[in-house]
Amino acid sequence: MPDFTKEHALNAVIALGLLVVPLWAYFAGEIFTITLFTRITILALAGVGLNIALGLGGMVSFGHAVYFGAGGYAAGILAQHAFNGAPLLGLSGSNQMLVIWLVAMAVSGLLAAVIGAFSLRTSGIFFIMITLAFAQMFYYFAISWPAYGGEDGLPIYVRNQFPGLNTMRPLELFLICWGVLMAGLALFATLRASRFGAALMAIRQNPDRVASLGINPFGIKLAAFVISGMVTGLAGALMADLSRFASPAGMAWTMSGELIVIIILGGTGRLFGPVVGAAFLVGFEVFFGGLTEHWKLWLGVVLLAAVLFGRGGIVGLIAGRERFG
Amino acid sequence: MTLALLFEQLLNGLQLGLMLFLMSAGLTLVFGVMGLINLAHGSLFMIGAFFCAAVAAASGNFWLGLVAGTAAAAAAGALIEVTVLRRLYTADHLDQVLATYALILILSEGTRIIFGPFPLYLDVPASLSGTVDLGLTLYPLYRLALIGFGLAVAVGLWFLISRTRLGVRIRAGENDREMIAALGVNIRALYTVVFALGAALAGMAGALVGAVQAVQVGMGEPVLILAFVVIVIGGIGSIKGAMVGALLVGVIDTMGRFLLPNIFATFMGASQASSIGSALASILIYLLMAVVLVLRPKGLFPPHA
Amino acid sequence: MKLHNTLLACASALALSSGAALADPVTVGMITTLSGGGAGLGVDIRDGFMLALEMDGSDAIHLVVEDDAQRPEQAVQIADRMIQSEGAQILTGIVWSNLAMAVVPSVTAQDIVYVSPNAGPSPLAGAMCNENYFNAAWQNDMLHEAAGAYANTLGYNDTFIMAPNYPAGTDALTGFKRRFDGELAGEIYTQLGQTDYAGEIAQIRASGADSIFMFLPGGMGISFMRQYAQSGVDLPIISAAFSFSQDMLPATGEAALGVYNAGQWSPDLDNAANTAFVAAFREAYGRTPSIYASQGFDSANLILSAVAAADIEDRDAFRAALRAADFTSVRGDFAFANNQHPIQDVYIRQVVEVDGEITNQLVGLAIEDYVDVYAADCAMN
Repeated sequence: MPDFTKEHALNAVIALGLLVVPLWAYFAGEIFTITLFTRITILALAGVGLNIALGLGGMVSFGHAVYFGAGGYAAGILAQHAFNGAPLLGLSGSNQMLVIWLVAMAVSGLLAAVIGAFSLRTSGIFFIMITLAFAQMFYYFAISWPAYGGEDGLPIYVRNQFPGLNTMRPLELFLICWGVLMAGLALFATLRASRFGAALMAIRQNPDRVASLGINPFGIKLAAFVISGMVTGLAGALMADLSRFASPAGMAWTMSGELIVIIILGGTGRLFGPVVGAAFLVGFEVFFGGLTEHWKLWLGVVLLAAVLFGRGGIVGLIAGRERFG
Repeated sequence: MTLALLFEQLLNGLQLGLMLFLMSAGLTLVFGVMGLINLAHGSLFMIGAFFCAAVAAASGNFWLGLVAGTAAAAAAGALIEVTVLRRLYTADHLDQVLATYALILILSEGTRIIFGPFPLYLDVPASLSGTVDLGLTLYPLYRLALIGFGLAVAVGLWFLISRTRLGVRIRAGENDREMIAALGVNIRALYTVVFALGAALAGMAGALVGAVQAVQVGMGEPVLILAFVVIVIGGIGSIKGAMVGALLVGVIDTMGRFLLPNIFATFMGASQASSIGSALASILIYLLMAVVLVLRPKGLFPPHA
Repeated sequence: MKLHNTLLACASALALSSGAALADPVTVGMITTLSGGGAGLGVDIRDGFMLALEMDGSDAIHLVVEDDAQRPEQAVQIADRMIQSEGAQILTGIVWSNLAMAVVPSVTAQDIVYVSPNAGPSPLAGAMCNENYFNAAWQNDMLHEAAGAYANTLGYNDTFIMAPNYPAGTDALTGFKRRFDGELAGEIYTQLGQTDYAGEIAQIRASGADSIFMFLPGGMGISFMRQYAQSGVDLPIISAAFSFSQDMLPATGEAALGVYNAGQWSPDLDNAANTAFVAAFREAYGRTPSIYASQGFDSANLILSAVAAADIEDRDAFRAALRAADFTSVRGDFAFANNQHPIQDVYIRQVVEVDGEITNQLVGLAIEDYVDVYAADCAMN
């Protein structure tokens, strides 16, 4: 284990801050702040998922919105079948979050396995374009397939349930999402420190050398890609419950772009990078969106500056260069 | 289904393919020479259409608009190359993705600020309006002109690359960047020229297509994604691959949208067949891409095979 | 935006000068599309709405406007904020059915009133109707049904019908077919956002149809009409107002001339309220209002009439005041059906050129006192 670094301190501050602000907001009656922080934790979780593929494995997926959207649909479709009692492939639907999460992860993991099996035959710029194109394919399909609302999307009338908590209360929903995010971060840290993570990072740097050691780079990358898709899919299910709505818009290429933005702004490969990136993006949108219709132009300027001058993202800016490989 | 209809649909596919080629050629050229992935290529398409529409409206002359749209896109391309992208040639693809994504946001909002939120009007020139009788069927003259125009640009591009000094340098740049710098070629200027050339092709496509489409913010991104599919199929960096890929995508997309609902209609109701057929047709070219990837992971014409 | 700020400034200045004697203004949150390809519609709804507030002159309403960028999750977030942090008690403004489906059910469940200035998806008119949901525009099928009814009047017998492959598109074709008595020469679903219609036009040419019904909103309609004009196919077209509204016509140009389109309003509709509205809109914004602007204007006047008649805190009384619809609509007669969607006449307009401007002109009445078919599924009465 490395020593307690500046980054560890920063991580602890962020994790606690993420918890304390909504608690304060609860007592101050600022309900919307809780909603906003719930959104941040969910987007951060989606980012943590992508960070496994992108940050650890160097796989620049420009199509992670597919898993996010698929997770949302898993939640929406199960809830709809639970709501109207119609069977789904012979089984009944469910309005239990724990069941929905498992299904969401299974579905998005399966999708990631299929897309990854094709896309990982290539690398670099090919990989970027192919993941984007496959995501677009599912997006068009979701829009035009009439069974679950098509472009109109799928409303969830009653938020899905979690044992012992009332998910309709903003604070309790937030606590669930915070807990899941912390679990996601723990998974990321464990993966990074494991032999699997070491192999993954080694493949990123020198695939041929790893192959010569008798390790199959394709298998390891595909496994990481599937795990990555599952975590992002779980975030999608949570987002559907927060907005009580699943829609193809969650699969749009702009969503994939935002997930990449979240990771790079925060700091690629950094444990808490996606959390910082998500907080920044949501904060920027709320603040500048209220000031001007043209806030996206300013977001573009900030992103450009981040690429040209701010290497290492916000976490890198505060905590210095990364210590891990 | 008649022979005439099939023939007309083939022409439509050919025309779509050639316009896609104009878009893909610039994208693949920029990648081949500079190793850059440019998501903002669709924004240059949009800029070409907007400036063409604005100038054509002010002057009453479409051709003046076409020149202006092409020039505006080339200028915008040169500007972003000099100010931003030049710094990213040695960066990894991730930085390029983020920077050009940021450029999409900036160029889209910038266009909206300059031209307003409503779509612009751009009509085909009077000399190219109406239809011609091709024997089998009537066909819009303007679309026929687009086919001719696309072919002419393709030939011109081939001539430029294989027969001129600039072409020699471009080919040298694709093979070995350090070497042409050592030969004393001003590599910075070359990169700017190549990028502006790619931008001009995109802008020209935007202006040409803008005359039969809505000229509006966001018109570039769907075309950009199709262009990605084209160059993945063709082989990234290969002009020839872009041509073959563009024609394949153009024809298969057009024929799929036309034939699939008709095929489904033979065994289900017309309404349902059209709905399901159209849903499947929309994913056909992505399936084509997947098949090509399985058979040839580097595309049909990998540049350094 | 400038007008917006001035308005707010005026409103707050008024509030300061008139002091605490007046009741607090009711906060109305407007979530609408001000950026992206569909911004033209949201801008017109907003401008129409604000014009009504300005002409009313009272400061009974405090308006907060926010851009949803045509993204459902964005709209949901804004709705949450407007309710939870800005104390909005009425929401309005959404342009698109899919955004309305994302926002409306959870908003009305929190006992917040929603007034729709544009979208009217069928679930909200039928089984999911809600006492807090009011539609001041139309149910989605309404204008397409009117087009179908008028196609009979025009003697069309073999019509080719076409719409994008998404719920509003299938609703459009279903709506048209519900009223149309003739044969169908063909039925095509296109891709959403499609820009090239050469393939569809070729099929129309080959089908031997005598007329076309199409629903292609926004840029899709502009693309289709311009390509159609170049195709040499010269069949009459009937449609709903969405592709031929005033915000679209300048970009479509002469290609749109002669097209019949169904709408509950037209700029030349002859009533005093409408004449005043069109003149004031031209004066304030320098352009002719679109059908969306008229719906924004009506939504504002509907809300103003209820705010004047009842206290928003007393929801039952306020809802009753809204249901009474005691305001002068620029479309003429206006009343709510049991599902709180309009009972109204739908006209047929034709695209013409008047004094160099391409605009719509009334040519006939398609259906009278229309109640949408989903009202029967609504449990309210």
